[in-house]
Amino acid sequence: MTPPPDRRALTPEEYLEAQNSPEFAELKRRFRRFAFPMTFAFLAWYLLYVLLSTYAPDFMSTQVFGNVNLGILLGLGQFLTTFVITHLYVAHANKRTDPISDEMRERLERHDFAPGTGTHETTGGATRA
Amino acid sequence: MPDLMAADSTIGNPTINIAIFGGFVLITLAITFKASRNNKSAADYYAAGRNISGTQNGLAIAGDYLSAASFLGIAGAIAVYGYDGFLYSIGFLVAWLVALLLVAELMRNTARFTMADVLAFRMRQRPVRMAAAISTLVVSLFYLLAQMAGAGGLVTLLLGVTGEAAQAIVVTIVGALMIFYVLVGGMRGTTYVQIIKASLLIIGALVMTLWVLGKYGFNLSALLGGAQDMAVEGRDVTKPGAQYGATNVSKLDFVSLGLALVLGTAGLPHVLMRFYTVPTAKDARKSVVWAIWLIGIFYLFSLVIGYGAGALVGPERILGAPGAVNAAAPLLAFELGGTVLLGIIAGVAFATILAVVAGLTITASASFAHDVYASVIKKGKVTGNGEVKVARITAVVIGAISIGLGILALQAGLNIAFLVALAFAIAASANLPTIIYTLFWKKFTTQGALWSIYGGLIACLVLIAFSPVVSGGPLNATTGKSTSLLQDVDFSWFPLNNPGLVSIPLSFFLGWLGSKLSKEKPDQLKNAELEVRALTGIGAEKAVAH
Repeated sequence: MTPPPDRRALTPEEYLEAQNSPEFAELKRRFRRFAFPMTFAFLAWYLLYVLLSTYAPDFMSTQVFGNVNLGILLGLGQFLTTFVITHLYVAHANKRTDPISDEMRERLERHDFAPGTGTHETTGGATRA
Repeated sequence: MPDLMAADSTIGNPTINIAIFGGFVLITLAITFKASRNNKSAADYYAAGRNISGTQNGLAIAGDYLSAASFLGIAGAIAVYGYDGFLYSIGFLVAWLVALLLVAELMRNTARFTMADVLAFRMRQRPVRMAAAISTLVVSLFYLLAQMAGAGGLVTLLLGVTGEAAQAIVVTIVGALMIFYVLVGGMRGTTYVQIIKASLLIIGALVMTLWVLGKYGFNLSALLGGAQDMAVEGRDVTKPGAQYGATNVSKLDFVSLGLALVLGTAGLPHVLMRFYTVPTAKDARKSVVWAIWLIGIFYLFSLVIGYGAGALVGPERILGAPGAVNAAAPLLAFELGGTVLLGIIAGVAFATILAVVAGLTITASASFAHDVYASVIKKGKVTGNGEVKVARITAVVIGAISIGLGILALQAGLNIAFLVALAFAIAASANLPTIIYTLFWKKFTTQGALWSIYGGLIACLVLIAFSPVVSGGPLNATTGKSTSLLQDVDFSWFPLNNPGLVSIPLSFFLGWLGSKLSKEKPDQLKNAELEVRALTGIGAEKAVAH
């Protein structure tokens, strides 16, 4: 894809400069601090459910009400946590990461990170939010 | 066609079924033609010009993902085995969190058309593209096989087409229609077909769910009790273990299946490709959120439909019907609403298969044209139009292959949710580790990527080939037939039906080892570009203006 004529492509050095900037470090930290532990948590909870269903069928067959047992309730619980985590992630992205990434994108488009310009030293307001 | 009305095992009225299906085909064809007017560039053909909205794409993802396996296979597994069938839907749903949190937005920001665009981004282009294209093709073909098997079973059941030749003709018609959608409509046409299909499927499932619940006074416990009363003797369908609880090996198989399901989705090429049809990463996020809600709600419906089929139709009649386990949902529709509801559900199920097969075909053809032809064979010296032309030819070839596979799959009678689970295992082994390493591990190298992709892929295929899926499966007491693809031979030595438990960790390990042992220095500049682009969306492909 050729960039529009009024806009030149970013150079590799600009990307490197952007990657080394404090606001990018903050963006990356905020993204990973949510995504990694959350991924670990839901995978662990899911595997726990699978392992309990497989190796503790008697426990999972504990009747809770009528014919509904613990296994079915925990299974429905997997649906519930999936919906909740989805909601939490969107809220986190909207509030914590989008402002930084939007601001960085604008500055990258203005070539603020071209080496030697020095403007990247001034961090934007979003980082301090 | 003399055998059209002959079969007494047919349920419902084939004329009504065909009429409803025909109506769907006509409407979607009209829309596809309309969509084709805007198909000019490669971005149009592969990615619908990147101007599908997040909400539309969420519906299309649901349409792509809720395949015949979800609708027919899961409902059938729950109807016959109860609780153990429920695991499929949980795994298929939770898997979306991997896509949402780790993959969707980052991939949207860095790729153009295919999965390989990201995987090869900071590596040596040609070998990695080739590897990613091969695994894309293998995963898509396995998925296609499952869909075509579903189409075959459905045809037998609903249209009363019983002769082998007549079934082959119907599969050929389905395949030809699908090729037509893809050639004429490209990604945009395919997207619209998937949106319509997802809406119909979810509405159809909602109607059946409310109907079943209504019969049991909206009491889940009563429904479970009803299913338990009809269950195969000695089996408790409300408790775990009916299908997988028998031995230590089958228990491990269940864990293996669970792992493949949850890690497979984010490595499915046709799912990843849907993220490229939206204008920005935020739209990609929005589409996954929509998809999670739609898919989650649909699977809750399928739990009710499955137990409802178990209670109102009963496993004996389901297993005795042509299409066996996969017939549960259509049989329930007939039980509830007679020929009309059956016709509607049958039409929806056909539409499902058609839409999913079209999505798979366009993904596989894009991968071949964009990665293998344009990048590896022509070394990038090819015009967008030339590439699209190759993609169209590939779509025809893949369509023809899937027609052939579908005709073969008619005979096999495997549960299609199970076949799809194998496709998930391959995607989780061959694709996901490399995607995760590429996006999150600086020191990942070309050698690591190749070891992980090829290692995961080969391990998966070898383990499947020597598993009870292919040979040496236990004999069915009533039919005297083995559950394997091949009868009367046994060269199996791998005990599990699903290879995920071995092949997924192996692939992660190989990716790490290959990178550690590699002399190649990771490309720092390319890595910086990938990381900055992934998180900020700078330089991402823009929507095409028309």
